[in-house]
Parts: sequence; structure tokens; C-alpha cells
Amino acid sequence: MIELSHIDRHFQVGDQLVKALDDVTLHIGAGEYVSIMGPSGSGKSTLLNLIGLLDRPTAGRYRLEGTDVTALSDVEQARVRNSQIGFVFQMFHLVPRLTAAENVELPLLLAGMAAEERRPRVDAALEALGMADRAHHKPEQLSGGQRQRVAIARATITEPRVLLADEPTGNLDHKSGGDVIAILEGLVDAGITLIMVTHDPAMGGRARRQLKMMDGRLASDETGGPDDTA
Amino acid sequence: MNTADFLSLTSSSLIAHRTRSLLTALGIAVGIGAVVLLTSIGQGLQQFVLAQFTQFGTTIVAVNPGKATTAGTSVGVFGTERPLTLDDAVALEQLPYASAVVPFVQGNAAVEYGSLSRRTTIFGAGPAMPDAFRMAVAIGRFLPEDDPTAPRAFAVLGSKMRSELFRDENPLGRLVTIAGSRFRVIGVMESKGTVLGFDLDDTVYIPAARAMNLFNVDGLIEIDVMYDEDTAVDTVVEGIRRVLTARHGRDDVTITTQQQMLDVLGGVLDVLTFAVAAIGGVSLLVGAIGIVTIMTIAVNERTNEIGLLRALGARQGQVLSLFLGEAIVLAAVGGLAGLALGTGLGQLLHLAVPALPVRPSLFYTVLAESIAVTIGLLAGVLPARRAARLDPVEALRAE
Ligand SMILES: Nc1ncnc2c1ncn2[C@@H]1O[C@H](COP(=O)(O)OP(=O)(O)OP(=O)(O)O)[C@@H](O)[C@H]1O
Ligand SMILES: [Mg+2]
Repeated sequence: MIELSHIDRHFQVGDQLVKALDDVTLHIGAGEYVSIMGPSGSGKSTLLNLIGLLDRPTAGRYRLEGTDVTALSDVEQARVRNSQIGFVFQMFHLVPRLTAAENVELPLLLAGMAAEERRPRVDAALEALGMADRAHHKPEQLSGGQRQRVAIARATITEPRVLLADEPTGNLDHKSGGDVIAILEGLVDAGITLIMVTHDPAMGGRARRQLKMMDGRLASDETGGPDDTA
Repeated sequence: MNTADFLSLTSSSLIAHRTRSLLTALGIAVGIGAVVLLTSIGQGLQQFVLAQFTQFGTTIVAVNPGKATTAGTSVGVFGTERPLTLDDAVALEQLPYASAVVPFVQGNAAVEYGSLSRRTTIFGAGPAMPDAFRMAVAIGRFLPEDDPTAPRAFAVLGSKMRSELFRDENPLGRLVTIAGSRFRVIGVMESKGTVLGFDLDDTVYIPAARAMNLFNVDGLIEIDVMYDEDTAVDTVVEGIRRVLTARHGRDDVTITTQQQMLDVLGGVLDVLTFAVAAIGGVSLLVGAIGIVTIMTIAVNERTNEIGLLRALGARQGQVLSLFLGEAIVLAAVGGLAGLALGTGLGQLLHLAVPALPVRPSLFYTVLAESIAVTIGLLAGVLPARRAARLDPVEALRAE
């Protein structure tokens, strides 16, 4: 469902050209569980942002579900992000003045869904992540692990096909990091396509498909994970 | 995004920063308050002055000697125009629609009675004056219908003049000396108060012909013609001009209708009200700068949030409206507070100084609130546009 062909993403910094992505060709099928690893500055985040339509490639073609999305207008890309893509960030990025429930509600609100229709979905999403009793807490009143669970609830509230996670456990301790991975893997089991950037080889190794990046290029693409080795 | 959600999202950030939102709105409130207060004083003043003018009636045409060069100012070229005479006044009485004709002469002189003396303004007038100017006689009667050119030496006192010269004594029938000539008091006017700074109670009315002699002038300063309400003012003006042109051999008088006087006066007061509104406008400008500042700060502080909203599928237009909405709400709330402030202060002022008329103007009130909203819009545009144009990736990465 995700087809990247010969994608370049270059940045001009002064008189220096930074090739954050250099001729990346990659196909990811529906329901795949993919981890992306590699050294700092190798282009992992850039690749994820590009897949999430937050960024446009300098060259190359990106087809999502068969349509060329690089050609879409800003408004159309926003609609695709809203309905088909979920983001989970290392920094959580919860809106501090809004409660957990209000944060989860945001994508539906932006889509213009009526309040009565939103409420049960938000409640169900928080319930599923064990956050029902924290629905009316502000982010500052939640632990890191709880915040990331709220962020996951928000990323999945529109039932997107693709979930993009950029170091989702980077700001968490081992225990809550493990919980978050378990939740994400649960979503994969339910059919979502998960693409996760991580620095932790143990976590990256759990994915069925593991990409390694180096200097903006795909260095390796290995299929095989706990399921296969077992 | 539906409207209710839009408003609640907008207000959530304003409420999160209560203090600074309030201070920013206060800037606008002070500006709008000033505009509302100052314009309601201006309006009140305008209506007050107009009421002062029209209390004499609106069907009056004033005739002055000399040709006016611009409306309202009579710049007589001395020696070339004929003076306005009592005969002119008599001639004007023949006009069918002239209900009253009042000649006027004015001068300063000492008025003496017994050992008391008082220097004041003396009016030489005609017997029709109380009718023409809606003035009433308190005791006795006004100047009688004598031969206009040789009237008897009668005087009618203003109420203040009477109390100053006669105390509790009955002045009727007494003789007063004005500039050396003796006049018999036949009446006292009812108090009229001060009109445009002129104390109509501290005066004496004597026949115009006598006053001309007393002050040694050969012309009247003014003839006022009252006309029947159902006659068009233009007809009256034309009639007067025809009569006087025939008598003087040429058109050498200035004819001013009450409407012209009101127009000139109204124009002056409009300028005053506008100037005062402009002063309020300056404080509004300061308030607007406050909104620009606070919105710029808000966009900087919430760069992450902007990136997030874009990631969650917010369009550029939605980000723009959210920030624009905040600026407008700030200004509109400030504007409403300013309306309350201005109106409240106006009422307080009116209670403290009842003489000062305060008249809140709906026009300026609506205008002020529209200006507040427009200011919010203008002040919000630049910061909101910057927010909408942020690159989502960079916005998310910002510290
Ligand atoms: N806006 C930008 N302007 C210039 N260079 C950029 C920009 N964004 C990314 N880069 C460069 O592109 C390269 C890839 O960056 P990217 O953020 O994708 O790395 P990363 O693999 O996610 O690293 P990390 O593991 O540290 O998050 C880096 O060399 C970075 O300096
Ligand atoms: Mg990164």
C-alpha cells in the first residue's frame, strides 16, 4: 500500500547539499510491522515524515493505496493525514491545556464530526488503553507512559490504515516503554500497518521487517522477527 | 470543524493564559471605552447646544446688514451698504406670512435706580419679541405697540436685573435711568437663564428707536422675521430679499435661516465629536499593537502545537482561522468590556455633573465594536498567517 520509488529529499544548507534521503525505493504492504533503525542523522525521521505526508520529496514518486500522493494539494494531503495516517512522537506532543479526552478528540474535531458522535469513540479509545479514569486529566498530571498511551489513542481514533511512530519509547523508562510496544503490537495484530523508528535494537528486532538506514539510503531490508525465528 | 468546537478550541488557549488575555483585552477595552465615553459626551453636548438654539423656535429668519462672503460670517464692506432701519422692519411686517418682526439694537450702559447702579447689556427690541422668541413676561407687560419711530420711554427688566436693582420692591411704574435717560419700568421677564454664555436675565429691554438714540447708531444690528409654519422657508427668504432690495436699491443684506445656523453649528459639533473619537482611536491603535504582540508570542510558544495540528490533519486554513479567531475574540471581548466601561463611566459622570449631558450614541457604539473586531482581524492576520505557513516538520521539531 506504500510505494516509494527513487525518493530523494535534499536540503540546501548554505552552499552544502544535505541528502537526507537518497534514492530510496521501498514497498510496504498493508498490515506490515516495520522497524527502521540506523545511526543518528541517517534519515529515519525524514523518511517517516515523508510517508506521513508532512514533507514532500525533492524527487521521486510516492503512491499510497495506488494514488500518487506527492501530487496532492495541501488540503487533500491534510485530509489523507487525518483519515489514513496516525502519528506517535517521541515527545508525545499533547496539547498541554487540553485534557486527555480532548487531546484524543482533536482529529475528529478537525474532521468536523459532531460532538455526540465523537464522545463514545473517545471513551472507547481511552478505555481500550486503560486510560478511562484519566480522561479529564491534563497531560502534566500524567506519567510519560500514560501520555504516550493518550497519544496512541489520538493517533488511532480515526482508525487509520498506517501508524507512524518516531522513537515512541525514546522518552520512557524500560517498563512503560515495553507497555507502549505491547500496545502498538496489539494494533498490528488488529490489522494496522505500523512503521516504527527506534534506536533500541531489542525493540527494532521484534518487528517482522527491519529496515536499516545509512546516510539517507536503505542499507538493509530484512524480513524475519520473533514470529519467524520461533 | 464546526462553530462550537472552533470557539471552544479558540477560547481554551485564551483561558489557559487568563492574565495576559485579560491585559491584552484591557488595552482594547480602554480604547473602546474612551471612544464610547468621549463620543457620548460629544453627542450630549451637541444635543444640548441644539436644544439651546431651537428653544427660540425654528421658524425664524435673521436679517443682518452687509453681504456675507461665507455662510454665517457677515463681513460688511463699510460705507457701501445701507443700514437696516426701523422702516425696513415696518416694511417687512407687510409680508403676508410674517407673523412677527423684531428689530434689534444692542449696547452697553449703566442702569441706575436710586443709589444702585448696574452696568449691563441693553437690548433695543420691538413689541413682538416675546412672541417671536417664546419668552414670557413674569409681571406687568412687554413693550407696547407704539409708533416704532417715536415710542414711549418704557423698559422691561430681566429677572436678575430686577432683583439686583429692586430687591423686594415692586419695580412696576418706577423710573430707572439708562445712560442718562429716564425709562419707566412696565414689566419683568421670566427667567430664561444663560443661553450660549449670554445671560438673558441680566439685561433690560427698551424700544429699538430709543436704543438707537441712546447708543447713537443709525442702523439695526439685526431684524428677526418669524414666519407661519406652513410657508416654505425659501419663499420667506425670497420675500424679504425682494422687499429690502426694492428699498435699498440693491441686495445688501445677509439672510440667515435657522436651518443654516443649525447646519453650521452641527458641522462644528460634528468635527468636535469626530476629533474626540480620533483621540479614542489612538488608544485603540495601542490596543491593537498589544494584540499583535501577544499573538506573535502565542504563535512562537505554540509552534509544536501547530505542527501537531497539521499532523493530525488540520488544513492551513484551519490553523489560520484558529489564530485569527483568538485575536478576534480578544478584541471583541475587550470591545464589549470597553462598551460597558465607557457607558458606565458616562453614567457616573452624568450623576456627578448633572449639567453635563451624556448621550450614548448607538451609532458610535456599534461602530466602536465593529472597529474592535476589525482591529482583532487586522492585528491577528500577520501572526495567524505565519502560523498557517509554518512547515509542519520544522514546527514539530521546534524546541
Ligand atoms: N530542515 C532541515 N534542514 C537541513 N537539514 C536537515 C533538515 N532536516 C533534516 N536535515 C538533515 O537530514 C539528515 C537526516 O535527518 P533525520 O532527522 O531524518 O535523521 P534521523 O535519522 O531521524 O536522526 P535521529 O536518529 O538523530 O533522529 C540529517 O543530516 C539532518 O541534519
Ligand atoms: Mg529522528
